[in-house]
Amino acid sequence: MTHRVETGTPLSRRFAFATCGLLLVAIVLPAFVGRSVIQDLFFILTMLALAQWWNLLAGFGGMVSVGQQAFVGIGAYAMFAAVILFGADPVPALLIAGIAALVLAIPTGFFVFRLQGAYFAIGTWVIAEVARLSVAQWKQLGGGTGTSLPRAATKDIWGVDVVKHLFDVKTSAARDILSYWLALLLAVLTIAAIYALLRSRRGLALTAIRDNAEAAMAVGINAKAIKWSVYLSAAFGTGLIGGLIYMQKARISPDAAFSVLDWTAYVIFIVVIGGIGTLEGPIVGVLLFFVLQSLLADYGSGYLMALGVIGIVVMLFAPRGVWGLFSERFGVQLFPVGRRLVFIDTEKEEKNHG
Amino acid sequence: MINWIEIVVQGVLLGGLYALFAAGLSLIFGVMRLVNLAHGDLIVFGAYVILILVALLGLHPFAAAAVAAPLMFALGWMLQRFVLNRTLGEDILPPLLVTFGLSIALQNALLEGFSADSRRINAGALETASLALGPMSVGVMPLLTFASAIAAIFLLNQLFYRTELGRAFRAVSDDAATASLMGVKPERVFAAAAGISMIVVTLAALYLGMRANFDPTIGPARLVYAFEAVIIGGLGSFWGTLLGGVIIGVAQTVGAAVNPEWQILAGHIAFLIVLALRPRGLLPRVEQ
Repeated sequence: MTHRVETGTPLSRRFAFATCGLLLVAIVLPAFVGRSVIQDLFFILTMLALAQWWNLLAGFGGMVSVGQQAFVGIGAYAMFAAVILFGADPVPALLIAGIAALVLAIPTGFFVFRLQGAYFAIGTWVIAEVARLSVAQWKQLGGGTGTSLPRAATKDIWGVDVVKHLFDVKTSAARDILSYWLALLLAVLTIAAIYALLRSRRGLALTAIRDNAEAAMAVGINAKAIKWSVYLSAAFGTGLIGGLIYMQKARISPDAAFSVLDWTAYVIFIVVIGGIGTLEGPIVGVLLFFVLQSLLADYGSGYLMALGVIGIVVMLFAPRGVWGLFSERFGVQLFPVGRRLVFIDTEKEEKNHG
Repeated sequence: MINWIEIVVQGVLLGGLYALFAAGLSLIFGVMRLVNLAHGDLIVFGAYVILILVALLGLHPFAAAAVAAPLMFALGWMLQRFVLNRTLGEDILPPLLVTFGLSIALQNALLEGFSADSRRINAGALETASLALGPMSVGVMPLLTFASAIAAIFLLNQLFYRTELGRAFRAVSDDAATASLMGVKPERVFAAAAGISMIVVTLAALYLGMRANFDPTIGPARLVYAFEAVIIGGLGSFWGTLLGGVIIGVAQTVGAAVNPEWQILAGHIAFLIVLALRPRGLLPRVEQ
């Protein structure tokens, strides 16, 4: 009898296979559905990617940030600056969005890591406020009232012409399709990157730090380095998505781009109702959130009040969210990260090979 | 020159208001290591409660605040006893996420009930009264705010260090498990601390509402000022919280005097500078 350590399960392998099929469908989807569906999917995919990054920070890393809007906003503004001030194309400028967020995260990390636990949360919020107020002073990008991407830049974004001819649609619809593909790519890359991290030694170290920092450090984990690397990656990813969201919107203002409600409260809600600390949670959460949003958004403040109350109730009575309940009941994991010991019957193996 | 002195004095007095915002937060953190992200929204809620009492019963704002205080105490007590106590533990996620949810829910409930219009608690002649201090003239309202802040912080300190309840506060703060072996019931102590913090919140709400216009959305910004004052002062130190409030207040009025758009930003930057130089605050008490 020998053994090996596995993370995958038969179900998770089948799920991975099904996901590939689903992705192919998602890629060709713009040929079959209208513009509003593509816009809804864009919203779902970008919120999903934001939620995965926040979940990595808070759910796996124990770093509860309520200031991720700082990175959405700075990414979006960096993209606008690259396009408006330097005439860059919006698509490659997305990379600048990510890098700008990363650059902002270095000094801000220096400040927020001085704050423990709960104070870390409000510290990130202060940073986001400072970023919003500073950007509002940037007169070339419209100051407090904001600005739009110039028509010349939005008309010939890389790839829009190809999409136009491919699907025979107008420029604005082509831009939505292009944004949708990029959102799909970003969401898939985000999930793949986080999943790869969590299955690696670093991921194990990260959750060990969250569960007990002293014990983790006692077995030789460099807690500081891992927390920094997660914080910086989340900033980069969040900035990239921020750039993409505002490439699709093509209009920006400091209050919208640094909105705590849009880019942090909704994201936290998605992760909490879906199931914090799992990769499946945000996927379930974003779908539930989208349904609630479509049904109830017309009620304005009543709707937001309901979201707040639902979030509290879930946190109190089902702290592992909808996916947590489901997964506990049926023992299902689509993105398993825990290690299992699998015994292999050597005689049988030999027989098979012989 | 006299102009700058006047600006700094205004800032110090404004700091009294921020210290009032912060004192309740400081008490709760000191006793149960809980950071209530809905603190700012609870202050705004308190202002609406006072506003209603003034409008319905025709009370003077100070009398209305005296009526509101026991109501707010009860609210804080129940909130802690039935909701927040369930979230306390090793994991910091549940209390943060529950109070964040509470902040969103409360803010939108106020929007639903009172619309987004800005309101003000009418304090009559007191609003415009001023005193001549040498060559300067200082508003009576800011002076009253500052005096109330000093009184509140003095009383909180007395409560914390001179009474039986205060001893229970300190005991559960140091080690809730051991304190419960000595017959202290941590859940009840926590509820009492939350209730008392809401009395301070009522006082903060009174001055918030009388000094300027308010609307349901301004809570989170008050939370941030309060938090900055607590951190600058040092965790667990009430007088430190007052000092922190004064630093934020002075930074804001000086910033506003240079350029009106820089008022809020200047306060945040003062906070970041202190955090960079003295990460444990100016007068720290709690060991981290």
